[in-house]
Formats: sequence, structure tokens, C-alpha cells
Amino acid sequence: MKFLCVPCDEQMEFEERSIPGDGTLAAAFRCPACDHVMAMLTNPMETRLVSSLGVSIGGTQVPEQPLEGVRRAVAGGTSDLLEEPLAAGPGTGVRWSVDAVERLAAVPRFVRGMVKKIYTEYAKENGIDEITPAVMDRARSDLGLEEM
Amino acid sequence: MKRPYRTYAELGRADRSDLPGQIAAQQARVAERLAAVDRIIAVVSGKGGVGKTLLASALATALRTEDREVGLLDADLHSPTAARMCGVDGGPLAVAEGAVRPAVDRAGVAIMSMELLLPEGAPLAWKGPQAAGFAWEGAEERRALREFLADVAWGPLDWLIIDLPPGTRAMIDVFQLVPELTGLVAVTLPAGAARVSAGRALSLAQRRGIPVIGVVENMAGYACPGCGEPRALFPGDGGGELAAAHEIPLLGRIPFDPRAAALADRGDMPGLLSGTETGLAVRATVARLVSEVEGR
Repeated sequence: MKFLCVPCDEQMEFEERSIPGDGTLAAAFRCPACDHVMAMLTNPMETRLVSSLGVSIGGTQVPEQPLEGVRRAVAGGTSDLLEEPLAAGPGTGVRWSVDAVERLAAVPRFVRGMVKKIYTEYAKENGIDEITPAVMDRARSDLGLEEM
Repeated sequence: MKRPYRTYAELGRADRSDLPGQIAAQQARVAERLAAVDRIIAVVSGKGGVGKTLLASALATALRTEDREVGLLDADLHSPTAARMCGVDGGPLAVAEGAVRPAVDRAGVAIMSMELLLPEGAPLAWKGPQAAGFAWEGAEERRALREFLADVAWGPLDWLIIDLPPGTRAMIDVFQLVPELTGLVAVTLPAGAARVSAGRALSLAQRRGIPVIGVVENMAGYACPGCGEPRALFPGDGGGELAAAHEIPLLGRIPFDPRAAALADRGDMPGLLSGTETGLAVRATVARLVSEVEGR
């Protein structure tokens, strides 16, 4: 999908995406000519429909994790029936703040390894030494990670 | 008259979302994962209750006992039973090197099933706005099927058997996800609605250009427990009629043997193959299947 700034007749550029956590999604687009920003807001059903296709508005910078859709979407989780090694453990060169560790601990165990790996790789790619809740929020927005 | 706005195609730059590109990448991921699989067979029935899962599981095990590397994908997300029939009782599946390791049964068949990802007896339900579930749950199920194909470390297989759910939708989905599908094996009963439904699935497959390998007639009679003579369970020759109508081989007729049902319930496919009339017929069917497919 593309957005057109009608007064400028210019194609708008993707600016940012945010996931408020209530099942909705917001994606902002900016006109390169007049700097006008508009936001596309989707309701929970529309958000879910896009999510079920396994695609991300604005694209994504991380490859899909194994069975990512199944793990995120099955109600009640996929039990504890998947064992993910914590690839991003000590020695990766990225520290986790106490608050970030607490937040990570709230992630269900069967996806925790995957989530930790994604945040660690994000930090490494962006030259971030310490993962904090703020970094996690930014990564969610930048990478289009719902429900993480 | 001039349009008020330029169209999508008239805007030069690619959009950053590039949804068609993301979909194409998903399909490429399936193709990459299955590149090391020599033959991919989908087992279809059209109607439920014809013994398709038992046959798919028995075919996979029979192929494995002939020293082939075999995978079995249970594509029935809502009523998955293939893992249980093969004696796999769950336990955590390892995630390593970007893929989920399939379970392996005692015959050596690699198995993936939603059954392995749900708590015992739990139904499959999806998170999301339930009132509008009809709008998105189908897409979520197709995504799960794609992930089972693309995200499981199937490894180099000689055969991958896909046990499709009843109906024809998943058959089309699998063919779109796996255009290199070797072909379909249809399962029918000798008569009745099962034959009509299997015929409908075969017609749709042939119309859509999906290769069909042949048909198997299940519950094709039984041995009388008193005299041992073969007796019919259902009237008719559904397998033969479908084979003739669709110009495909009749791969086999599988008799009903209560011992086979009991062994399948216990997850003993090797026992079923070696100790029952059903198993004998399955092995003959596999021999015909192998000659049809590997001789191509």
C-alpha cells in the first residue's frame, strides 16, 4: 500500500509504527515535500487480519523466527512444548538492565529465548551496550514486533 | 477525464511494506526448506472418517521400514492424531539453528503436528477478536501450515507425507505453497458419500493441475472371524470406479482389521504393518506407490 499527499501529489514515506498493546496498530507516513504527517490506525480485527498473513506494515528488519506465528497466535501459548536455547546469553557483549530483565521474565518461557535473541541482535546492530525497557520499546516499534 | 489522484502504479517508488515481497519471501522459505526433500505426497480424502490419517501414518512407516528417510506432516490442525498413531507422545521440541526439530517415532519417521504443540486434549484456539474470527482465522491456519513446512528441520528426506485435513481447501493451499508437490494420493471407502467426496477432490485437483498419483480404497472388506473368508463391509467398488473415472491407478485396497485399529490407538505402526491384514495390504500399496513415483 502507498499513501499519496494529495496537495503535493507526492508519495508519502513510512515514518514509524506503534503498537499500543490494545490490539490496534498505528502507522505514520510523512510527505517529503510538505512534511505533513498522517497516521493510519487499524482496529483489532484489521490488525489481526494483517498479522495472520505473517506480514508487517512498514516491513520488518528481522527474519521470522521458527513457528513465530504459531507461537504468538495459539491461545494459551504452545504450552512448554518448544525449547529455545538462549542464544543471546552471557558473552554477547550486550548488558541487560535490571528493569529489562524483569520485563523479559514476564515473557512466556517458550518464547523468551526468541524474544531475548531479537532484542540482543537489535542492540548489537544499533551499537547499544545496554538493553533497557526504553530500548525494548524502540525495538518493538522499529522491528514491528507485536506482543513482545 | 483526469483522475483526481495518481494510481498505485503511477507512484514510482516501491512502498516500504512491500507486502507482495513479504509473501514471496514466505514462499521462498518453504521452497528452501523442502529443497532437500525428494518426493512430497499429500494424502487427501474429501470427507472425514475414511481412515486417512491411519493410512498416511502407515504409509510413512512402511516407507521408513524400507530404509528410506521419511517425514510425516500432520496438516490437520484441529484434529491432529498422526503423532499419537505413530507412538509419539509429545515432549518439548528443540529449536535450533533457525528451525524446530521434528519429533521422531520409534520407526525413525520425522513427525510434525499441532498435537505436539498443544497441551493434552486442548483444542486449537487462536488469540484475537473472536467475533470477527471468520475474517482472519483461515489466514492464521494457512500461516501455521506454511510454518510447519518452512520452519521444521525436515532435513534431507526421500519422502515427505502430508496428511491433509478433510475437505479440499488445504489441498489447494499445499499445492500453492509447494508447487513441486509430487502428487496426491486420494483415500476413499468402497461406496457412499466418501466416494463422491473423494471424486470431487480428485476433479478439483485435476482441474487445478495438481498431479494425482492414485487412489486407495480403505475398509475394503474384512476377514470373517468365523471362517476367515473375505466379506464386504460396504457395497460397491469405489476405488476402482474412481480410478477408472479419473484415469489414475488404484494403488491398493486395504481391508479392515480390528487389530489394526487397536494397534494404531496404541501408536504401534510397526506392529500394525507386520501383524495385520491391514498392514499387509498397506505394504503392497506402498510397493505400488513406490513403483508409480520412483519410476517416474
